[in-house]
Amino acid sequence: MESVLELRGITKRFPGVLANDQISIDLRKGEIHALLGENGAGKTTLMNILYGLYKPDEGEIVVKGQKLDVSSPRDAINAGVGMVHQHFMLVPVFTVTENVMLGDEYLLPGGFLDRKKAARRIMEISEQYNLAVEPGAFIRDLPVGIQQRVEIIKLLFRNADILILDEPTAVLTPREVDELFKIMQKLVEQGKSIIFITHKLREVMEFADRITVIRGGKVVGTTTPGVTNQVQLASMMVGRQIELNIKKDLAKPGEVVLEVNDIKVLNARHQIAVDHVSFEVRAGEVLGIAGVQGNGQTELVRALTGLTHPVNGKISLLGSNITHANAKKIKELGTAHIPEDRQKDGLVLPYSIEDNLILNTWYESPYAKRHILQRDVILDHANSLVEKFDIRTPNALTATSSLSGGNQQKVIVAREFSRPIRMLVASQPTRGLDVGSIEYIHQRIIEKRDQGCAVLLVSTELDEVMQLSDRIAVMYRGQILAVVDAKTTTREEIGLLMAGVVPAGS
Amino acid sequence: MTTSEKETAKPGAFSVFIEEVRKNSLTVTILAIISGLLAGGIIAVVTTEAVYQAVGHSFFAGIQAIFVVFWNTYRALFTGSVGVPADIIAAIGSGSSDAVNRALSPFFESLVQSTPYMFAGLAVALGFRVGLFNIGAEGQIFVGALATVWVGTSLKGWPAIAHIPLALLAGAAAGGIWGMIPGWLKAKTGAHEVINTIMMNYIAFRLSEYLLTGVLRDPNKPIPISAQIEKSAWLPRLFDDPNRFHLGFFIALLMALLVYILLFKTTWGFELRTVGSNPNAAKYSGMNIVRSTVITMILSGALAGMAGANEVLGVNHNLGVAFSSGYGFDSIALALLGNSHPLGVVLAALLFGFLRNGAIQMQLTAGIPIDIISVLQALILAFIAAPAIIRTIYRLKEPKPVGELVTTSAKEGK
Ligand SMILES: Nc1ncnc2c1ncn2[C@@H]1O[C@H](COP(=O)(O)OP(=O)(O)O)[C@@H](O)[C@H]1O
Ligand SMILES: [Mg+2]
Repeated sequence: MESVLELRGITKRFPGVLANDQISIDLRKGEIHALLGENGAGKTTLMNILYGLYKPDEGEIVVKGQKLDVSSPRDAINAGVGMVHQHFMLVPVFTVTENVMLGDEYLLPGGFLDRKKAARRIMEISEQYNLAVEPGAFIRDLPVGIQQRVEIIKLLFRNADILILDEPTAVLTPREVDELFKIMQKLVEQGKSIIFITHKLREVMEFADRITVIRGGKVVGTTTPGVTNQVQLASMMVGRQIELNIKKDLAKPGEVVLEVNDIKVLNARHQIAVDHVSFEVRAGEVLGIAGVQGNGQTELVRALTGLTHPVNGKISLLGSNITHANAKKIKELGTAHIPEDRQKDGLVLPYSIEDNLILNTWYESPYAKRHILQRDVILDHANSLVEKFDIRTPNALTATSSLSGGNQQKVIVAREFSRPIRMLVASQPTRGLDVGSIEYIHQRIIEKRDQGCAVLLVSTELDEVMQLSDRIAVMYRGQILAVVDAKTTTREEIGLLMAGVVPAGS
Repeated sequence: MTTSEKETAKPGAFSVFIEEVRKNSLTVTILAIISGLLAGGIIAVVTTEAVYQAVGHSFFAGIQAIFVVFWNTYRALFTGSVGVPADIIAAIGSGSSDAVNRALSPFFESLVQSTPYMFAGLAVALGFRVGLFNIGAEGQIFVGALATVWVGTSLKGWPAIAHIPLALLAGAAAGGIWGMIPGWLKAKTGAHEVINTIMMNYIAFRLSEYLLTGVLRDPNKPIPISAQIEKSAWLPRLFDDPNRFHLGFFIALLMALLVYILLFKTTWGFELRTVGSNPNAAKYSGMNIVRSTVITMILSGALAGMAGANEVLGVNHNLGVAFSSGYGFDSIALALLGNSHPLGVVLAALLFGFLRNGAIQMQLTAGIPIDIISVLQALILAFIAAPAIIRTIYRLKEPKPVGELVTTSAKEGK
């Protein structure tokens, strides 16, 4: 089949980083070509080079048989290459039409914008590719999934036939993901070609025609879903054998550890973020909280860990009322908390690993005696945890800021898991981590469960929630829409709940 | 702060700046000091009339004149702050303790000048470590001195062993109260301590004028000045006149040691530093930010108050209006120069003390105006701050982290 695009030997160096190392890829007409790789593998860099945002140090770009010298996005667009960035580039206070036209305006005599003509064109594109949008709507009023459509329309409006989508599924609900893939299907049917960037294995297996795996700036290999599987892809991404499906036995739930009764929590802007939520978590089980980001999970966790207090309702931990307890009290009752934002809340980055490992036990024996820090005890403690939790660092006195995200998270996990705990609140425990670290942290969480700890897992990653949980509660607009059994539920059911659709009969 | 909390503390421009200053390496600091000293010499040259005349005369004469000014400036600075080497050697050779005392007295006078800098520098540095900007050291010095004078003059017939500590404590307590008020306002209402410490400065200035022209004034003096404190409250001097070196220097060193132990060895210090480095993480860890803020401002104010007490008990023995001559404001610069570390503060205080003392001699013998030392100090500080300022500006300009704008921009995938 003919190649519409070839990247040959692309190399790009940033100070201290070889982001792309002799990368060669070809894109065929009418195919969805997935670019799979861990965070930092160099996917975005490569696409930015193709799109004219960076200049490659070496290598060349050939579009439809012609060598192309892109020095700006304008050149790329003229050659038919369009890109939807990982972060959308839309103006929230403009309408769909205005955003689509931006930089490529239709003008009436006298320099006025011809919004009608543009809107007509948008409607044509929208019908042709099943991209339903309302041209007059303001971007800020649209859900993320629709905003993404606007971005795609923007490319089609400029007659792009090579589309680059950089991590388009990261922000979508499962249902929106399915819709996006229908659109992508339609686009390739009509002769467009797509480079689809992701780090999610399931998606490439389901939707890609070919898969190129990138690791550390190099192409590891190109394959097709027919001849590979997720485990093999994960191993290609990481460079070692990976266990994807965590082995766990059936939960043996014991007594109720955490009981949440009809609580209401306000966010920083005094809006209701958690709206009359009740649930319980038992010893030895994982309750997963699924939901799209921003549906009240953050505030729920803050209330459970004493960082804020509910305005209504009651929270009990092991029989004590902790509704208005502070973080210290809740921790002392045996709660561990892996915070959503590890760098903001969970670590003091300029501190050494050693000090971060005593961040919430600094005043307790044996780390302190008569208010004097016992440095040798603290260092021994740190050294043993660095080894036990496999924290990759020169030594325990290294500043945490210089660790990779995965190792920073291991510092938090090591700290929280190394004291006797009865309750674990884990919020986005693997966000932004590589496959290897994810595997590791998942195993540790299940290990805690099996030791009889009650686990509340909050994650926007559906796969993570499905894999680890015994029961799953779905949060939508501050409420828990349903609590389902993880063994019997399906991705589809949870996906619908995450979008706020409650199945009939429940 | 009952139901909804003050969500996440965003670091302000000040905290970011302090953090950036801390990233300066020791090399930067030393280069800044050397460059500042050199620049001071250059300014001395370009402000000296004789140099222009010599340059007008001939090129060679110009070079010579420049060299002479340079030499005279640094020599005066050195002899004024350390002593005349030949005199010192001769005095030691003569074996007369009085001669040695006289020869070395510039050196000891520099230590005397450094002492209030140490107290006040520690005060500001302690605040910086906890993310607080105590711009109020000057006012705290004033109220500290006022309280000390009051205890020093009104208690009569006390033994020195009780009178001195009590007078010192009075100074520390007054400074502590002066620091506590803005600390408490910050903790309870979020009112920025920079504004409130500055306001407390003005209250302290006016209060001292009121007291020194009123109840504390010595009616027998033509100018508004307090009576002399009782001899029993004088900090002992270690040598004979004119050497004013007194016990306060060692008290300042002891305070530096105590601040060091507090910050780096105790659980309280761990909590304070964590609050200063990342208030969100401190909160997550169950630390008490309100308490840390108030306690730090009290301790900081108390240290500054001791600077005032030290000047009264060790040097002046009385208190006139506007006595402090800017120790409190210099100490902000000094704490930055000393990287907010007690040892750094001690070294920076010594530098400032020697410069200040040397400058007097420089004015007398080389005819260089004493203000050049302020310029020089400012330049040192500018060299230290400049890289940090640049970095601060760029960090503050950095785009907001994504995720806050979930509806309008996509969140980065994992
Ligand atoms: N503008 C830049 N300056 C310096 N380093 C960069 C820049 N952009 C990316 N990098 C580095 O290049 C590497 C690849 O990054 P990126 O292409 O964003 O990875 P991916 O999109 O696969 O997650 C990373 O190590 C990243 O830190
Ligand atoms: Mg990327």
